[in-house]
Amino acid sequence: MTREPPGSSVILRLLSGDLPRSRLLTAILIAIVIGLVVVPFLVPGARSLNTSAKIMIFIALVASYDLLLGYTGIVSFAHTMFFGIGAYGVAIASSRMEPGWTALAVGSVLAVLLSTVLATIIGLFSLRVRAVFFAMITLAVATAFSTLMSQLSEWTGGEDGITFKMPYVLQPAFRLFEEPVLGVVINGRILTYYAIMIVVAVLFLLMLRIANSPFGRVLQAIRENSFRAEAIGFRTVLYRTFANVIAAVFATLAGILMAIWLRYNGPDTTLSLEIMVDILLITVLGGMGTLYGAIVGSALFMVAQTYLQDLMSFVSKTTEYIPVIGSIAHPDRWLLWLGLLFVLSIYYFPQGVVGSLRERFRGS
Amino acid sequence: MSEPAVAPSATEIPREPVDWLPLALPAIVAVVALPLVGDPWTWLTLTIAGLAMGMIIFTVSSGLMLVFGLMDVLNFGHGAFIALGAYVGLSVLVPLTPWVEATSVLLNLAVFALALCAGVAVTGLVGFVFDRLLIQPVYGNHLKQILMTTGGLIIIEQLIRAIWGAETVSFNLPATLRGSWLLGESAVERYRVVALGIGCAVFAGLWLILTKTRIGLMVRAGVENREMLEAMGYRTRHLFVGVFVVGAMLAGLGGVMWGLYLQNFTAAIGAQINVLIFIVIIIGGLGSTTGCLIGALLVGLTTNYVGFAAPKIALFSNILIMLLVLLWRPQGLYKVVDR
Repeated sequence: MTREPPGSSVILRLLSGDLPRSRLLTAILIAIVIGLVVVPFLVPGARSLNTSAKIMIFIALVASYDLLLGYTGIVSFAHTMFFGIGAYGVAIASSRMEPGWTALAVGSVLAVLLSTVLATIIGLFSLRVRAVFFAMITLAVATAFSTLMSQLSEWTGGEDGITFKMPYVLQPAFRLFEEPVLGVVINGRILTYYAIMIVVAVLFLLMLRIANSPFGRVLQAIRENSFRAEAIGFRTVLYRTFANVIAAVFATLAGILMAIWLRYNGPDTTLSLEIMVDILLITVLGGMGTLYGAIVGSALFMVAQTYLQDLMSFVSKTTEYIPVIGSIAHPDRWLLWLGLLFVLSIYYFPQGVVGSLRERFRGS
Repeated sequence: MSEPAVAPSATEIPREPVDWLPLALPAIVAVVALPLVGDPWTWLTLTIAGLAMGMIIFTVSSGLMLVFGLMDVLNFGHGAFIALGAYVGLSVLVPLTPWVEATSVLLNLAVFALALCAGVAVTGLVGFVFDRLLIQPVYGNHLKQILMTTGGLIIIEQLIRAIWGAETVSFNLPATLRGSWLLGESAVERYRVVALGIGCAVFAGLWLILTKTRIGLMVRAGVENREMLEAMGYRTRHLFVGVFVVGAMLAGLGGVMWGLYLQNFTAAIGAQINVLIFIVIIIGGLGSTTGCLIGALLVGLTTNYVGFAAPKIALFSNILIMLLVLLWRPQGLYKVVDR
């Protein structure tokens, strides 16, 4: 932390004094951020834009999960529920009301309120006794919630989900300038992309601030030894519950961004178990308790997902005649490989990318 | 060995003066449900169905409860053993369809028993490997345990999909176990009575082993205070492996029964029932066999009553019960482990 060059106090304050602490990591982070900024101009096209937007939204989502898993040391399976609440809030408001800024605001505010209330209740109920209860109870509640969402099909569109409209400025038909800039037409999509980028950046810096505040230190103390933290005089239940609420609110905000970007929401995009596994894997792979891990992990994961699934369908096609290999390599079995990767990374790579890079830096 | 044999031999799992209120809970729920259901014969059908479902849930969750109580390992992969049991049962019953459809009671029961044994054997084996590969490396670390076993759940579930296919599978009960008996005006499905019987046998067996044998004594001692057991010179390591494998076997047994109860299911069956068994062991308290039984019966009964009276909220009835129990006793009905 002492190695930063002089004159970078603005950056230091922006990052709340929590620098990447590894040159290689800094370089990677800068590369990712620059990459995300220039993607619309360098690699125009729907697919790359989509992947980049998803990376950004997942950065916010995974970082919020890291506050829970990495900093507070509690496992929640309800993170997709809060993600879904945000997305469904925007989706339902925009499809029921006149689509526009009001609908967006009403949906977002209601979603955040609902998440806050739910997270408080879950936290107070399950964190009172043992943190292990929390994992089980969040799993139960999240399962019930996703079943509820597919049953309330009149409001949520059931399994099909809902498509809805965004305010005109964020629609693809909108043009900011008459002329293309650097060969790219600045339409509502690109505008949305940069809006999401700004929001994610603010959210991320905010989370970095929280993690490095005295409050964040208490959370880490609870993670390391909750008994001692309690003995020093911190009400661990309240701190854990508060951490849960904060994480839930950030996840809800990420869900809102997801809905704004996709202009569609359904169980598969925000609520499914697969997304929960994605979040877990990215958090572990990136490095628990680092927040920067969310950036590295999300970028790595999204790119890998795009290409590995292509690879898998290729392998599956060439090995079709072998019974088991063919079905294991089938793209539908993507989750199997995710699970294996997940277990292996906990086993051999528990610090994640960021943790390992920092360790190397310390070693040299 | 003489010392520990004296004191606990006469007592049951919940020590102290018997705490009767939780024991009465299933009965209270049943009585309260009577006016809500209305027709007493329908109520009887629902009650027996609920008890049968409760006993199956008990069979599958008892293993998780023991492992959690003794080893302090929260195994999120437990549902995978149940799913595996169901699919192995399927693999036994479908090729042996002639036996399943045969009119001979003996053949029917033989194929049923064979399916149960196969389920138990396979899950026991997988449980052993699971323990070696996923539990032992992260022993004593809750956070990593949850993550590891969740990974294990996903891997096994996906392997099931790869081997047996992702579509809904269905199979028939052996001919003798199909249909129902009439008890007054209420129809009681035969299989439910059988499931009830097997569940009671499992409970009785567990109870006898835990209270009357030396192994059971060691297990209970380990649940109460593991360090003390180790200090007295016992290798808890072997005990853990044994309990884990037995837990997986019970899950396999219950999995076959649960599969036959549902009759058609997908590989997601494991993740689905995981939710139920977590609710059960939270209600029951950690490491308590009796609490686990009561929790399972409560869940089974309310699922059936609410499913009949108000299907819309059936989904939340279990969570509601769990919250009520936690409000009443934050540690669950019976608290054995204090960690």
